[in-house]
Amino acid sequence: MKQLFTFIKKEFYHVFRDRKTLLMLFGLPIAQIVLFGFALTNEIKNAKIVVVDYSKDVTTKQIIDKIEASRYFDIEKSLMSHNEIEDKFKEGKIKLALIFPENFNNDLLHLNKAQIQIIADASDINTANTLTNYISAIVTDYQRGMMKNMILPMSIVPEIRMLYNPELKGEHTFIPGIMAMIMLLVCVMMTSISIVKEKELGTMEILLVSPFKPIMVIFAKFIPYLLISFFNVTSILLLSVYALDLPIQGNIFLLYGESLLFIVTGLAIGLLISISAESQQTAMFGSLMATMLPTLLLSGFMFPIENMPMPLQIISNVVPSKWFFIIVKSIMIKGAGFATIWKETLILVGMTLFFLIISLKNFKTRLA
Amino acid sequence: MKEAVIKTERLTKKFGDFIAANELTFEVYTGEIFGFLGANGAGKTTAMRMLCGLSIPSSGKATVAGFDVYKQTEGIKKHIGYMSQKFSLYEDLTVAENIRFYAGIYGLTNKQIKEKSEELIEQLGLQQSAKKLVRELPLGWKQKLSFSVAIVHQPKIVFLDEPTSGVDPVTRRQFWDLIYAAVDKGVTVFVTTHYMDESEYCNRVSIMVDGVIKALDTPHNLKKQFSASSMDEVFYALAREAKRKGD
Amino acid sequence: MSSVTLTNLKKTYNKGEVLAVDNISFSVEKGELFGLIGPDGAGKTSIFRMLTTLLLPDGGSATVDGFDIVKDYKTIRGRVGYMPGRFSLYQDLTVEEDLNFFATVFDTSIEENYDLIKDIYVQIEPFKKRRAGKLSGGMKQKLALSCALIHKPSVLFLDEPTTGVDAVSRKEFWEMLKRLKQQGITILVSTPYMDEATMCDRIALILSGKILSIDTPGKIVQSYNGNLFAVKSESMYKLLNDLRGYENTESCFAFGEYHHISFREEKNYSDEVLNYLKEKGHKDVEIKSVTPTIEDCFIKLLKN
Repeated sequence: MKQLFTFIKKEFYHVFRDRKTLLMLFGLPIAQIVLFGFALTNEIKNAKIVVVDYSKDVTTKQIIDKIEASRYFDIEKSLMSHNEIEDKFKEGKIKLALIFPENFNNDLLHLNKAQIQIIADASDINTANTLTNYISAIVTDYQRGMMKNMILPMSIVPEIRMLYNPELKGEHTFIPGIMAMIMLLVCVMMTSISIVKEKELGTMEILLVSPFKPIMVIFAKFIPYLLISFFNVTSILLLSVYALDLPIQGNIFLLYGESLLFIVTGLAIGLLISISAESQQTAMFGSLMATMLPTLLLSGFMFPIENMPMPLQIISNVVPSKWFFIIVKSIMIKGAGFATIWKETLILVGMTLFFLIISLKNFKTRLA
Repeated sequence: MKEAVIKTERLTKKFGDFIAANELTFEVYTGEIFGFLGANGAGKTTAMRMLCGLSIPSSGKATVAGFDVYKQTEGIKKHIGYMSQKFSLYEDLTVAENIRFYAGIYGLTNKQIKEKSEELIEQLGLQQSAKKLVRELPLGWKQKLSFSVAIVHQPKIVFLDEPTSGVDPVTRRQFWDLIYAAVDKGVTVFVTTHYMDESEYCNRVSIMVDGVIKALDTPHNLKKQFSASSMDEVFYALAREAKRKGD
Repeated sequence: MSSVTLTNLKKTYNKGEVLAVDNISFSVEKGELFGLIGPDGAGKTSIFRMLTTLLLPDGGSATVDGFDIVKDYKTIRGRVGYMPGRFSLYQDLTVEEDLNFFATVFDTSIEENYDLIKDIYVQIEPFKKRRAGKLSGGMKQKLALSCALIHKPSVLFLDEPTTGVDAVSRKEFWEMLKRLKQQGITILVSTPYMDEATMCDRIALILSGKILSIDTPGKIVQSYNGNLFAVKSESMYKLLNDLRGYENTESCFAFGEYHHISFREEKNYSDEVLNYLKEKGHKDVEIKSVTPTIEDCFIKLLKN
């Protein structure tokens, strides 16, 4: 027992005496949250658009006012001609142009039909789609307002409610995703590097030729990174609640409990990598490949899994981050309890046990 | 009249306050085997880097093969050979490829490269192994090849950095046979080492302690001077003092 | 009782392609200072790794303190001290922390066995708060030795402990080993330095996985058949070639300041060779009879 404690103490020395590791362990999570949370958002705000109004009547003015009032758009200048529009697009100064033809109001009143032209810069197709949709939505809304007092033969009015995330904040998806990625990366990489370092230095040899049981080496290496990851989880949650305005809907103890499970998953994967890696570089590279890539691509964090081709969807089931991502989203954003996520938890437990058993079986108690 | 291939005058290198090499003054003559001895950290590597044109001195003067160590470092590099203990051969290239590569780097023409390659391979008895990867050669053969490659361009002086550690005695002697042969052809050999038995092969030897040259003479004279039966004892007598002051 | 015994021990690498240890047998008595002398690649490290249970043999068997290296490896691991080839302590821990760590790992403390390492430790004690990575080569070796001894092992395995260490530290290290011997610890040391062989009680000369000879250094030297002479002249290279060309030369090798030469049928041709050399134009020729060193014996054994 005393031996284990001394070993753990030594591991902490290693962590805190290496500046680079410290930066990675503590700085990285915070940096990522800040980056993703504040800077990168795939929402669109203040998109520069141009409105050309050949009609200049009451209706067009009302529509334009409505557009201007929304936070999505920034109306550039009301240009006078088509030609000038093309130049502005080429220069990249505007993303969308809205054109009202002459006699807009007259047409609407007398012909019951009027057209609006929307031209969008589709070289960035996502933005183009979003902006066009926004404008259409605003126009439709205006139209509905107009028709409030009229009786129409049949109309279907969809009423939309965005559950859990009414403001459609991007952070809600990102935070759980980041949590998964960082925790996995830190645990896997640090554990694998730490063990391989002992192999590289030759200290592993001395440890093996001693009464200290090899399994204790593993255990002693897990503990510091477990504690550090816990600390990281806390800091991520604090940041998201207070800085990014994302409250935790569900039970915080459940969240910590699931995080603990996921941390152990990461440690087990790190252990597995360390067994076959001969150098720290290999361990680092292997860790990155095993964690970042699958998490970014296949966990559902950045790209929806449902949109992927079938083979990839199946593969995504073996990525631990996918399950953790679901779990965290459920707890943090939907406020779900254990009853809802027991299935995912079980899968994660199964994966962890699998990795642990394989690693422990293959852990070399000899040099070859 | 012996020509001095290396001439230094109060050559010094400082790193901040730390004086790694302190006012080194000595000469090395053509055709000599000169041993540059000292413990790890005594300043040998620093001195050698200055002589090879790899590091600019802080003060003092020195010329190597007639080139100034401050202004003519490129000239120095063209006219010296260098072999380090960690070897300079590419393990995943064959013997022949390594020779071709280095000969090319030293500026030999294609014709010269071909001639030299054949000559070297025959001299070292590597006909069977010319197409083998260097990785597969035994340690002793690698060393011999390394040395030959270091002098492929017939430099005036070749610097050897701890060349024969760890090899068996016979291979070591074969290596020194090569060195003797090279010296016979007029190459000067500058050997740095902290293995004292290697120093016995040298014509003259200098011993560096804490950045300063504490002794410079033939092994024979040094042994007499310190009433020692081996260079190890000479070194011990000199270095013991320094050791007490530092780590 | 023997402390360590090897019986036809064999080790191959690369699926049998490389034979690193070729049916080696010998034993080491309790309290002996035993040297395994040979160049790189001779098989020394492989032997040590098998004896410390870090590698499994591919043939034969061995025991340490009576325990089998395969079956009783756990017991052996608790009893021996091991200092592997490269320096293997934690560079970012201080001297004190490293020592404490290894003491605790072996379920003991510095105080318990302090008298064992005292001689060594007093030399590094002034630096006990310094990080191990910042010590000089000689100091690191002393620290490593202390850590290997701290649990009072019955057998100490030192794999090339003096490689890369300056001459002064080397000498001091061997003096420490001699003092340790007096405490009854069996010490096995491997080294490529032939001159260190004379410090051991008995040595085994090893090359390419085979033992060339095992005996006390004195007896090995005595068993050198024939006379050995040292020759020098003003031009050593020419001398070497001329000596080798001499009809009665058995073998001639460069040995630094002198060349060592032995004659055919172990006779003494020193006068004849002197004339021969003078005829060849050598100046300042000197020839004298010398006692063979371990290196001479090694070379002779190699030739056979």
